[in-house]
Amino acid sequence: MKSSVITFPGSNCDRDMDVALKKFGFKNKMVWHADAELPKSDLVVLPGGFSYGDYLRCGSMASKSKIMQSVINFANSGGMVMGICNGFQILVETGLVPGVLLRNKYLEFICKNVFVKINDKKNKYFKNVDNQVLEFHIAHNEGNYFCTNDQLKEIEDNNQIAINYCDENGKIEDQFNPNGSIKSIAGIFNKEKNVLGMMPHPERMIDTSLSGEDGSLFFKNLINNLK
Amino acid sequence: MKISVIITLKKDVLDPQGKVIQQTLDGMGFEDVNEIRQGKYFEIDTKETDNDKAKAKVEEMCKKLLANLVIENYKIIDPK
Repeated sequence: MKSSVITFPGSNCDRDMDVALKKFGFKNKMVWHADAELPKSDLVVLPGGFSYGDYLRCGSMASKSKIMQSVINFANSGGMVMGICNGFQILVETGLVPGVLLRNKYLEFICKNVFVKINDKKNKYFKNVDNQVLEFHIAHNEGNYFCTNDQLKEIEDNNQIAINYCDENGKIEDQFNPNGSIKSIAGIFNKEKNVLGMMPHPERMIDTSLSGEDGSLFFKNLINNLK
Repeated sequence: MKISVIITLKKDVLDPQGKVIQQTLDGMGFEDVNEIRQGKYFEIDTKETDNDKAKAKVEEMCKKLLANLVIENYKIIDPK
């Protein structure tokens, strides 16, 4: 399975993602934002970080970079595109997934482990994951998911919510919502479910000596689903 | 020609920064402030000399990059 991780000026989780993808069997290539052509890929990842210093709005500049037209075409033709953290912010700015990510409700940068509940398994990202609840890491200042009421209705009607913040037992309540996101949304799909944007970093949970193994579950499962 | 643009958050969108600024002002003794909404201001110096054409171009910039229309409104200030 071939993957590509796009590096933007200010990306800082691109190499972590490279390590994670390779660990679970992907042949990964790093792709520079100013390139026009995407290498042949089964999965494209927009990594976390602070592309363009978060100028104007997080992800707004990166969404207009040269490589993104190829990424958008790839996604529109059914290609798997996953945006993590800043990558999620870039995805919403391209319009590939609906909504926006606002400043966290309590104006603090949040860096901690959280639990997320998988809302939908009828997709290539979460199909066959045994667990319903996963422990991932979040580190962001703008992760407060927001959309219009019309968009929310459409998202819910199409079952586009991928994961919600929850407690370790999968209970979704305001007290377990770290950033004020509507409906505790931590990740969302496009309508076709080949594009996934999420704030949590699975690539930070691939080693027990560093953190945990729930990211390993995610990546092992992902590569199997793509085969 | 210089054209200015003001970007504001739509009224239903939570503005935690504006809220904190309001609370701080309140603490400083400015107790009459009901609400503060923070926005962005741009000055665009363009080579275009035709007023209408310049405005149309700036409007396109607002829609494509300067504003995110899910959460923000833009207002183009007429060049003098």
